[in-house]
Amino acid sequence: MITRTAVVASKTGLHARPAALFAKAAGESGVPVRISVEGKDPIAANSLLQVMTLGAKQGDTVTLHAEDGAEAALDKLVAMLETDLDA
Amino acid sequence: MTREVRGVAAAPGIAVGPVKWLAPAPVTSRDDAPGSDVDAEIARAEAAFETVAARYSAQALEAKGPAADILFMTSALAADPALLDQVRGEIRGGTPTAHAVTEAVAHFGAQLAALGGMMAERASDLKDVGQRVVAELLGVDPPGIPDSATPFVLAAQDLAPADTATLDPATVLGLLTVAGGPTSHTAILAKALGIPAVVAAPEAVSLAEDTEVVLDGTAGVVELEPSAARREEVLAQRARQADAPTGPGRTADGHAVPLLANVGSAADAALAVELGAEGVGLFRTEFLFLDRKSAPTVAEQTDQYAEIFRILGDRPVTVRTLDAGSDKPLPFLNLPAEENPALGVRGLRLSSVDEGALLDQLSAIAAAATRTGTPVKVMAPMVATAEEAGYFAAKAGAAGLQSRGVMIEIPAAALRSEQLGARVDFFSIGTNDLSQYLFGADRMSSALAALHNPWQPALAATIAMAVSGAGRHGVKVGVCGESASHPEFACVLVGLGVETLSMAPRSLAGVRAQLAEVTLEQCKAAAAAVLSAATADDALRAARSALGRDK
Repeated sequence: MITRTAVVASKTGLHARPAALFAKAAGESGVPVRISVEGKDPIAANSLLQVMTLGAKQGDTVTLHAEDGAEAALDKLVAMLETDLDA
Repeated sequence: MTREVRGVAAAPGIAVGPVKWLAPAPVTSRDDAPGSDVDAEIARAEAAFETVAARYSAQALEAKGPAADILFMTSALAADPALLDQVRGEIRGGTPTAHAVTEAVAHFGAQLAALGGMMAERASDLKDVGQRVVAELLGVDPPGIPDSATPFVLAAQDLAPADTATLDPATVLGLLTVAGGPTSHTAILAKALGIPAVVAAPEAVSLAEDTEVVLDGTAGVVELEPSAARREEVLAQRARQADAPTGPGRTADGHAVPLLANVGSAADAALAVELGAEGVGLFRTEFLFLDRKSAPTVAEQTDQYAEIFRILGDRPVTVRTLDAGSDKPLPFLNLPAEENPALGVRGLRLSSVDEGALLDQLSAIAAAATRTGTPVKVMAPMVATAEEAGYFAAKAGAAGLQSRGVMIEIPAAALRSEQLGARVDFFSIGTNDLSQYLFGADRMSSALAALHNPWQPALAATIAMAVSGAGRHGVKVGVCGESASHPEFACVLVGLGVETLSMAPRSLAGVRAQLAEVTLEQCKAAAAAVLSAATADDALRAARSALGRDK
């Protein structure tokens, strides 16, 4: 099991468009990825609905979880989270 | 005697035609017959979600800008794996298929709603997805505006702003809603489209599809099954309205009342000029910001303001600085959610959080005015005290803007209009928010719609007080709220000493025609009658009588 942390860069947080783009990328990564915020259980990163219900705002730290060997996929998703997808 | 249904007047004008109901959202129940084969039912649900997601995607490809983003996101909701898992679980647990969709949507909708703010708004997108999937499963029409070749009066429990925005005035003759209030966004959009509207009419629920009605959006009355003679009369009245007098606003005895337009975009400004507006009394700048993810620069704002000023040419334009806040959130302002957004940090109060946004806006307005040569005035929303009025006048003056005013929309500002008037050049009364704060009644609440009736005598009394304080300093007073678009109430405002009236461009013709029929003396008599009336009904009757419009 590997994890990566990322600080959410999008102005509106993981809402609407940024959340939709992230969930789509997670679904297309080919590996099961889960995402969590502090104090809550990890949820499936490919579900837009669940990603939105994390309620992660700009500046919040989120953690990505996947099986060993998915390092490259997680790194790509971290880079995405740390980009302002609202811009 | 003709039967009638009463509601609240929300957009002026009169229409005659058959009632068509907005296709209702399909209803599901736990007691519906369940499918016999669980796997087949799951496959059926999956197929329905796929169909609905594909329709949203196709719409997203055709749409542009923010609409495309919303549709893209909505198509992702319709294909969401967690939502589908929830539906599968419900079906396996024995829930009837369509109801399983309703339940799954309610489950996630509650989670989104609990987050509040923008996430909560996504709950309504999710609900729309659910209703469309249910309609697909039940083989019924999805909720929405009926498809009819002949024009009709659209009736609905309530209309979402998105529904109203897509209405075509060529097919939708009038709007009738069971819920809603006279200052809701639906009412404002109906006015902008020139569609007569009656809202908050609870008895309308009993109207059958295709009932012939006369809908009077000025009086707030719907007459059922009118006689042939009455139909003829209404059609003649509509024809007369179409060729109402043009030219500057004036009473029958020549008292000039400049008729101005409320605009929020270049398209509104062009319509205002086409319909004979003598200027703009309210330029709502927030509409330029709403789909922005970051604060527009001074240069960008200057270009956008100049574009609208150019359309108005040498007609005067009153620009209202940003009227945003937690009730109208702008993503880039990063405002915290408030318990009572209407009573929170909004309008000029934002400058205590982010003064830079105000200063940038004032610089851009001044630069655009210099570039186009348009006579520009500037005013601040949500001003409560003389200090705030003085602060705004100083900042606007420093930016090079000579004509500075404040909105009178908080009762405290009306009470202290003399002290505020010593610090500014003009007042603009926003009657929608003034009513909301005066009566302590949420303008979005249909249950409280009667308190937002402009004929409530307390509203006229408050306006009279603001005019009297302003007069001590030679401060000019205009009205830019919805009440100015009501032809008879516009006469009362003139009688109270209001000098300019600003309204949705489509309302100009009706007000212009009404003013041309009465003298200033009649307006003053109507104003006095309203001030001495005990109730809104008495005020309306007495004013009509003073204006020579007894029925």
